Amino acid sequence: MSDILILNGRVVDPASGIDAERDVLLRHGRVAAVEMPGELRAVRGKEIIDAKGMIVAPGLVDVHVHLREPGQTYKESIKTGTEAAAAGGFTSVVAMPNTVPVNDSVSGLEWMLDAARGACVKLFAMPAATFGSLGEEITDYHELARAGAVGFTDDGKPILHDRVMRTALVAAAGIGVPISQHAEDTRLTGGCSMNAGPVAFRLGLRGMTVEAESKIVERDIRLLRDIERHDGLRPHLHVQHVSTAKAMEAIRQAKREGLHVTCEVAPHHFTLTDEAIGDYDTNAKMNPPLRNDADRQAMIAGLLDGTVDCIATDHAPHALFEKEQEFERAPNGITGLETALGLALRVLHQGNGMSISRVIELMSAQPAGILSLAGRGTLSVDSFADVVVFDPAAEWSFDVAKTRSKSRNTPFDGAPMLGRVSYTLSEGRVVFKS
Amino acid sequence: MTSSKMQGEMKAAEYAAGSLLTVAGLPVEEVAAILAATDRMERMAAAERAKILAGRRIALLFYESSTRTRTSFELAAKSLGAMTTLVSDKSSSIEKGESLKDTGLTLRALGAECIILRHANSGAPYLLAKLTGLPVLNAGDGMHEHPSQALLDLRTMLARLPGMSSRLVNAKTLDGVTVVITGDILHSRVARSNAMLLPRLGARVLLCGPAALLPVDALGLGSGVEIERDFDKALQQAQVVMMLRIQRERLAGLELDLADYISRYQLDQERLTARAPEALVMHPGPMIRGLEILGEVADGPNSAIEDQVRHGLGVRTALLARALSVGGFESVTA
Repeated sequence: MSDILILNGRVVDPASGIDAERDVLLRHGRVAAVEMPGELRAVRGKEIIDAKGMIVAPGLVDVHVHLREPGQTYKESIKTGTEAAAAGGFTSVVAMPNTVPVNDSVSGLEWMLDAARGACVKLFAMPAATFGSLGEEITDYHELARAGAVGFTDDGKPILHDRVMRTALVAAAGIGVPISQHAEDTRLTGGCSMNAGPVAFRLGLRGMTVEAESKIVERDIRLLRDIERHDGLRPHLHVQHVSTAKAMEAIRQAKREGLHVTCEVAPHHFTLTDEAIGDYDTNAKMNPPLRNDADRQAMIAGLLDGTVDCIATDHAPHALFEKEQEFERAPNGITGLETALGLALRVLHQGNGMSISRVIELMSAQPAGILSLAGRGTLSVDSFADVVVFDPAAEWSFDVAKTRSKSRNTPFDGAPMLGRVSYTLSEGRVVFKS
Repeated sequence: MTSSKMQGEMKAAEYAAGSLLTVAGLPVEEVAAILAATDRMERMAAAERAKILAGRRIALLFYESSTRTRTSFELAAKSLGAMTTLVSDKSSSIEKGESLKDTGLTLRALGAECIILRHANSGAPYLLAKLTGLPVLNAGDGMHEHPSQALLDLRTMLARLPGMSSRLVNAKTLDGVTVVITGDILHSRVARSNAMLLPRLGARVLLCGPAALLPVDALGLGSGVEIERDFDKALQQAQVVMMLRIQRERLAGLELDLADYISRYQLDQERLTARAPEALVMHPGPMIRGLEILGEVADGPNSAIEDQVRHGLGVRTALLARALSVGGFESVTA
């Protein structure tokens, strides 16, 4: 592997506190040097990337993607999903376990992480928190962690029983990884297909209340407090795709209290509201659903004040025939890997004044930190040569016809984006070039 | 940046002209044109009317059982000379799991020029219209809308309310008219369509019912819509009172005491005489006599319930002519 020299760019590496012109040398899949402009010109035998006018940042980290393999490769595969990730500037992705079969065993996890699957960026996985994600009996956390699990989740489903959730939190605390929770009280959401409120009423669709989300978050926080007091452990709860002001406030309070709670927000939840469903557009159907504008603003406020730890896409590909159904019958989920950076820069940076450095931090250092992904989410020397080079000023429209994903279920076809990825490098290899 | 700005523009012209999926976007001039065509067709000799859609093919696709709407559309189509075919979920490939898309494409391949769709899922007519490119008439979708019902209700009001018949149909036609809609608003597509259509012609719509059947989210239907929980107070203001069936099959999980509901919201003769002796009484059917309404009222002099059914036939002939751009609607697709 030859050396790669990235010249003339603005290096933004929040983890190292750098936001300035620097040249970067990548060698043997690692960051070898980050130096003042000009100092690395003497390096020989190198490939040069001219990053003039570009930002050079740590490759983005997504703690929440669905790659559909094994079992549903007509929607996506590990190969195509990671190609979409690379196109979006992501160099580390965490695959959710709701595959067919559910990833709840060491053999399943090893199969998924095997190089033969063809991942072009670093693939991590969270296996199921309970067998079959049925919410009844927890999986073997020790063995799974040894095989590479970075956390446990029944994503797509909540762990409803208090007793099971408590056991899961205690077991995960023992090995220092989070339980990542899909916060939805499914006893309150049967038959619901969108957010409750005036739009749902007008469309004649049953709506999910904000309480269906906040009640689970509040319950989980109570369990954390209880475990800290009685078991002397410090469990880590990660709340997936927060979508309501009420749940956000519960997380804010729990953090003030000092409990180990982290959370993620998806780009669609800080960009769109339930009005985007329009004429029953199933590309705007996801779970948790798009909420009202007050909730959307609360997601932005949480991102600005630090309550939100990271941005995650919840990339959820579905085939066209599955989305071309009656709204209530269509599956939940949208793709998101190729639109996340463009939306974050447009909505958070351009629209709400967040610094570019902070946007990058929420998409690299912070998610890497939540899951303790050593050597990821930073350009510090010796870390993995995971790099994204993008033009922060480029305004463009996403064209779903050009997606790398196998699926096209996105409400952002034609939507304006800010910031366009030019290069993505994973461990020193160019995995995307525009 | 506002969210609507970021959400992009609604794609225009995704649906064939002549479709009727909702009353929400229907311009008042089109409402006037549909009602004028209804008048025209009703005055026509049967033999002349039968030439309007002679030889044309219309499919009725019914995923839900229905007596009056299905029969009404079918007789309307036949009175215009069209060939009709009925596909229902009980006796077709739908039962074998065929998708709405493929069923629609099959009907199109067989020569259907217009599909009338009744479906249990809200929004299904949009999907069918988008995927087939054919004009689709929404004959009731889930809890969403029943546009032809709202139009026939409007026509009934114009025919029965004093001084209305000679008025031109425009944004002020129903000025000063309060329409009280009472009952299971939450599950009612008729309520939604009426609440969205009538205010655009100047009416005030007062929705009435307990919170379990009438959440405040209903105010999102638009301006001109208000909520009054007290049926007696609502009645005192009513020129029209529209009663809705309690959909027992959809009440699971709701806290509703039927005996209490009956005492507070049932329309009986005593209540009507005391509060609104002149009001026009309407009901889209099917009625549960003895629950939301008593037989004496349904069959009484204030009742316009049979008129509604009769007007349904006329309005639907106009909608079919409009769907196929004939009978005075030739300009619709131009």
